[in-house]
Amino acid sequence: MSPSISLTLNGEARDIALDDPRVTLLDLLRERLALPGTKKGCDRGQCGACTVLVNGRRVNSCLTLALTLDGAEITTIEGLAADGTLHPVQEAFIENDAFQCGYCTPGQIMSAVGLIAEGRAGDDPERIREGMSGNICRCVAYHGITLAVQDATRSMTPLKKEDAA
Amino acid sequence: MKDERPDRTARAVRSPLPHDAATLHVTGAARYVDDIPVPAGCLHMAFGLSEIARGTITAMDLSAVRSAPGVRDVITAGDLPFANDVSPSAHDEPLLADGEVFYFGQPVFAVVADSHLAARKAVRLARIDYDAQTPILTIDDALAADSRFEEGPRVYAKGDADGAIAAAPRRVEGSMEIGGQEHFYLEGQAALALPQEDGDMVVQCSSQHPTEIQHKVAEALGLPMHAVRAEVRRMGGAFGGKESQGNALAVACAVAAARTGRPCKMRYDRDDDFVITGKRHDFRITYRAGHDDDGRILGLEFVQYCRCGWSQDLSLPVADRAMLHAENAYHLVDVRIESHRLKTHTQSATAFRGFGGPQGMIPMERVIDEIAHALSLDPVEVRRLNYYRAAAQSAEGGAAPATPAAPLPRDISGQKKVHDALPDDIASRGALGEVVEPAAGRVAASGEQTTPYHMPVTDFILHEMTDRLCQSADYTARRAGIEAWNAQSPILKKGLALTPVKFGISFTLTHLNQAGALVHVYQDGSIQMNHGGTEMGQGLFRKVSQVAASRFGLDVDRVRITATDTGKVPNTSATAASSGSDLNGMAVKAACDTIRDRIAAFLAEKDGVDAATVRFEDGAVITGAERYDFAEAVRLAYLGRVSLSATGYYRTPDIVWDRIRGEGRPFFYFAYGAAVTEAVVDTLTGEYRLLRTDILHDAGASLNPAIDIGQIEGGYIQGTGWLTTEELVWDAEGRLRTHAPSTYKIPACSDRPDLFTVTLWDGENFADTIYRSKAVGEPPFMLGISSFLALSDAIAACGPGYPALDAPATPERVLAAIQRVRAA
Ligand code: FES
Ligand code: FES
Repeated sequence: MSPSISLTLNGEARDIALDDPRVTLLDLLRERLALPGTKKGCDRGQCGACTVLVNGRRVNSCLTLALTLDGAEITTIEGLAADGTLHPVQEAFIENDAFQCGYCTPGQIMSAVGLIAEGRAGDDPERIREGMSGNICRCVAYHGITLAVQDATRSMTPLKKEDAA
Repeated sequence: MKDERPDRTARAVRSPLPHDAATLHVTGAARYVDDIPVPAGCLHMAFGLSEIARGTITAMDLSAVRSAPGVRDVITAGDLPFANDVSPSAHDEPLLADGEVFYFGQPVFAVVADSHLAARKAVRLARIDYDAQTPILTIDDALAADSRFEEGPRVYAKGDADGAIAAAPRRVEGSMEIGGQEHFYLEGQAALALPQEDGDMVVQCSSQHPTEIQHKVAEALGLPMHAVRAEVRRMGGAFGGKESQGNALAVACAVAAARTGRPCKMRYDRDDDFVITGKRHDFRITYRAGHDDDGRILGLEFVQYCRCGWSQDLSLPVADRAMLHAENAYHLVDVRIESHRLKTHTQSATAFRGFGGPQGMIPMERVIDEIAHALSLDPVEVRRLNYYRAAAQSAEGGAAPATPAAPLPRDISGQKKVHDALPDDIASRGALGEVVEPAAGRVAASGEQTTPYHMPVTDFILHEMTDRLCQSADYTARRAGIEAWNAQSPILKKGLALTPVKFGISFTLTHLNQAGALVHVYQDGSIQMNHGGTEMGQGLFRKVSQVAASRFGLDVDRVRITATDTGKVPNTSATAASSGSDLNGMAVKAACDTIRDRIAAFLAEKDGVDAATVRFEDGAVITGAERYDFAEAVRLAYLGRVSLSATGYYRTPDIVWDRIRGEGRPFFYFAYGAAVTEAVVDTLTGEYRLLRTDILHDAGASLNPAIDIGQIEGGYIQGTGWLTTEELVWDAEGRLRTHAPSTYKIPACSDRPDLFTVTLWDGENFADTIYRSKAVGEPPFMLGISSFLALSDAIAACGPGYPALDAPATPERVLAAIQRVRAA
C-alpha cells in the first residue's frame, strides 16, 4: 500500500514506491536511489547544500516531500553532466577553483544553474552574491563561486532557454 | 623572492593548481563518509542525550527504546566492554554518561537500528530521571566555585609588569568578553565501522586525526592498535572541530559493530552536532597597560579567563596558545599573562582554527586601539611604534638570519617527569607531554628582542608589510576621507582599521612536530602518494602532490593522492596547527628523494656517470649520456631490481618548549599578515556592512598561490563571522539556544565586502621549510580582527567615549556601544 510516484529523474522516467510517505526528496535521493551527490548540511532548509532543480527551479530537497513530486522533472548534480560533458557551470567552478572542501559544491552548482535560468542576476556580482546567498559555504569560497557564476552566465547566455526547460 | 606565477600546466610547485578531486567535486562524485556505499545489513546509530546540564541519573527506563521498530541494540555505559572514554587528554570524557551528567546534550545511551530515522525516533522514547544540581555555566559561576582545570592559574611573565605599569605616566585598563564559535563544518560529524575477521576493525571517519580515532577505538575494544585501521579520504570542512570531536562517533560505531558483527554508521543531525560537540573557547580577558605620551607600551598585564566546558579535551594547549599570542606583534619588555582554565557544565570547548591564538590576540589589539584613542593618535602609528624590530635589525650583526636562531640548549639529564597522571594520550595535543626541568640558564643575548615566553623574534617583517599595505590600500588618504565623510553624515558612520597578525607555527607539544609518508612508484611510472595529513578543503593533498611531482620532475596528474590511512602511515599527528603542508610536505619530499636517488644511482652506474649529475625534469630522467622517459627509467630500475617504494620522515628542528615555566622556542617560525577593513554602521539600528578589505599576507614562497589566497579569504571572513554575527547563546539551564543556521548567523555570499583584495607577500620563509613556504591555515583567521576594530572605529565617530566593544559585535552590541560613547 505504499504510495508511489512517477517522475523524471536526470532525464530518466522512474516509478518509485515510497515506503514512508513522509520521506523528503533529499533522503529519497541519498538513501534509496543511491544518489549521494546531493548533500545534507542542515536538513531544515537553511544551508542550501541539498539544492536540486525541480521543473527547472531550484529547491531545497530537504524541505520537499517526495510525495508531492508526482510528474515532476528533477535534476540533481549527477544529472548535470549525464552525457559525460561537464555543464558550463561545472567547468566554471573548476576553472575558478570555487570550492575548498567541496561539500557545498553540488548545492552551489545546482543553485547557480537555477539562478542563471531565472535570468535575474545577469553577470552583476552584487546580484549574483544576493542570488546565491541561500547557499552557505563555510570554507568561504564565495569569491570563486561569484566568479564562476559570472563566467558561466556569460558563456551560457545563448543557451539560457534550454537550461530553463 | 617568489617565483613568477606560471600557468596551471607549468611546474608543479608554485603553480596555482585547483584543489584535488576538482572534477569529482563538481559532479557530486566526491565521497564523504555518509556517501560511501555501505555493505548490506549496515546498522545506524543515534545517541540519547542528557536533558539537564548537571545532575545524577536516578533511573533510566529504556524498555520502550528497545522495543521500538527497527531497534537492534541499545548500549549504555555499563555495556561497554573496555574503556568508556573518548577524551583526547585526561581520560575524563566518558563516551556514555555513567551515573552523572555534566552538560545539556551529553550522550547518555546509544541506539543501534535498521535506519538512521528508526534510531532517532527510538531515542526519544527513553525515560530518564535525574537528580538535578545547579550547573556552573558562566565564567563568573566557575570563578565563584573555583571550578577549574589545573591546580591554579598558569602565568607566563617577563620583566616586572606591575612595576612598569605603576611607573608609567599613563594607563588604560578594561575587560573584554570574547564569544565562542560553532564550527559548522558543512559536513556534520560521521563515522562508519566495518568489522573484519578475527575481531579487527576498520573505521571510515571524518577526522583530522585518524591516529587518535585508531587509538580510542582500540582502547574501547581492548585491542592493540594494529587491529584497528582508520581511514579518511576527505572531510567536508573541519576547522579544528574534527580533531577530537569525532572520537565519540567512531568509538560508538566500533563498539556497536563488535557487538552486532555488522557494519555500523553514525552521523549527527545538525542540531545534535551543535548541541553535542565542543566549540571555540569563549574568554574574558582583562588588561592593564602602562604607556607613555607617544603611545609606547611600558608595561602590560593580561588575565585570561577561558571557559573550557565539562571535560579537559584540548583546553590546556588552547589556553597556552592564547597566552603565546597575547602580545601579537608587539615587543613587550615588562609583561605578565595569567590564564585561568575554567570548568563549566557546557559542551567541552575544543580546537578551532587559531586554537586560542585569536582569543589571546584580540585584547592586545584592543589595548593598542584604546591607547591610540586616548592619545588621539592614528592606531597604525601606535602599532608601528610598538612592533618588534624588523628582521634585518633584530639580530646582532645586522642581517636577517637565513636559518632560525640557535636552539635552546637541551639538557636531557635534567629532564624529569613532574606530573604523574594516567597514561598519556601521546599522539594528541591534549597530552601533557614531558614536563622538562628548566633548561640550563637560557638567557637571551643582550639587546635581543624576545616574546613574553623568552623566544627571540628574528624574522619580523610587519614593518615592511604595514608600509606596503598602507600604500596599496591608500590608508592615509582614506582615513582623512572617512573623517570628513563622518563629519557630514549624522546617521551613517564609517570606520577603518588596520590590524597585523604574527602567528607561531608548530605544535606547542613538541613531539607532535613529526610526520611520515609512504610513496610508491609503480612499474608503469605512475606514483601513489600517502602521508599522515588529512584533507579538509585546505588543499593539503594538492600542495603535497605538487611537492611529489616536483621531486620527480613530473606533472601532478602522474601522482595519485590516496586516503589517509593509519595502515599506511602510522603514528600521525592531527592535521592541525596549520602544520599540514610543512610537516607532510617534508616527509613526502624525503620519501620521493629516496626513490629518486635509487633510480639515479642505478641509471648512473648503467651509463657510467656520476649519480649526482642525474636530473629529473620535464617528465624525463637525464643522466648526461642518455635521456629516459620517466616511465622508461622506472621500468629499467624495476628490471634492475631497484626498490621503488619508500617511506619518508620529518621532524621539525630547533624547537623546545616548557609549558609550565613558559620558556623556550615553541615555534619554528612566525607567519605574518595584515588587513585593512572599512565598515559602515547605521547608528539608528546598529546594523553594519563591510565595504572594503585589503589584505597582505605572508605565505612565504607559496606552494600554491591560488589555494593560499583561498585560505586567506576564507580565514578572514570566518574570523570576521566570529567577531560579528556568530553568537552562541545558552539559557539559564545550560541549554544551547542557537543550534541551527536559523539562529546562528554564518557569513553568506552577500556578506562579503564588494571590494576585496588579497595579495601575497613576496618574501620566502627565513626558516628552512618545504620550498621556503609558510603555513597558511590559521594565521589569516585573525585578520578578521580588522573588521571588528573597523566597527569600533565607526562607533568611536559617534561620540567622545571609547567603544570598548565586546565580541561578537552583533548589531545589538554595536547599538549599545554607540549609546555608551555618546554618553561618555
Ligand atoms: S540540507 Fe537542505 S537546506 Fe541544508
Ligand atoms: S567548499 Fe567547504 S563548505 Fe563550501
